[in-house]
Amino acid sequence: MSRNRSVAAARLADAAPLFAALGDARRLGLVARLCDAGPLSIARLSAGTGVTRQAITKHLEALADAGLVRDTRHGRERVWELEPRRLERARRCLDQISAQWDAAIGRLKAYVETRP
Amino acid sequence: MAQTDRIEKKVRLRAPRARVWRALTDAREFGEWFRVNLEGPFVEGATVRGRITYPGYEHLRMDVLVDRIEPERYFAYRWHPGAIDPEADYSAEPSTLVEFRLEEAGGDTLLTIVESGFDRLPAARRAEAFRMNDQGWAIQAENIARHVA
Repeated sequence: MSRNRSVAAARLADAAPLFAALGDARRLGLVARLCDAGPLSIARLSAGTGVTRQAITKHLEALADAGLVRDTRHGRERVWELEPRRLERARRCLDQISAQWDAAIGRLKAYVETRP
Repeated sequence: MAQTDRIEKKVRLRAPRARVWRALTDAREFGEWFRVNLEGPFVEGATVRGRITYPGYEHLRMDVLVDRIEPERYFAYRWHPGAIDPEADYSAEPSTLVEFRLEEAGGDTLLTIVESGFDRLPAARRAEAFRMNDQGWAIQAENIARHVA
């Protein structure tokens, strides 16, 4: 248990910068966009948003620092895509709260079904 | 995949709606299954304080601000998940909303629980909220699932 706990603590300390990177509406929007559309160029990501390419690039670089996205060069263009394994880790954090609810629901079920 | 703001749970409980309602909104009964010692009743618009009774987490407190009570149908409160520092004042921080919806289903009760607002929590608080839920919870969930199956 204590070993599990220190493993969990290490994993969560690791997750803090990840949530800091996601804790911005514009960056979360970029992640959602890449989620839906797959790899996109800066031109495509900034088109119609009213935000400069430079600003978008800054957000993408913040996401890249947290390991959430990566870029590859296609000729003169940088194409950005999600780093799915890192997102999966963020997802697992929410799964832990979800597991806490499952445990509470299990207790509630036992409680109401055995004590009329 | 991008769903990070809310958690939703649905469960069918083999008990009448009135029974489930009591287990949810009677603060003493709530405390029995949620594992918290609440200091007073649930009253709309009021905050009730409590101490977690879950083994290993007894040093944690929780404050529950009751949002809405609609008898036998809907109960909602706000709280600060991961608010674990007894010295800190969390009242100004964003909270998550926990909602319980009850429906009758042939003598049973369909209960839907939604906790939402995680995206508005400060990043540091999020990490704390997640930290509270170490693997012990997951193991406990399996034990209970086996027990009630």
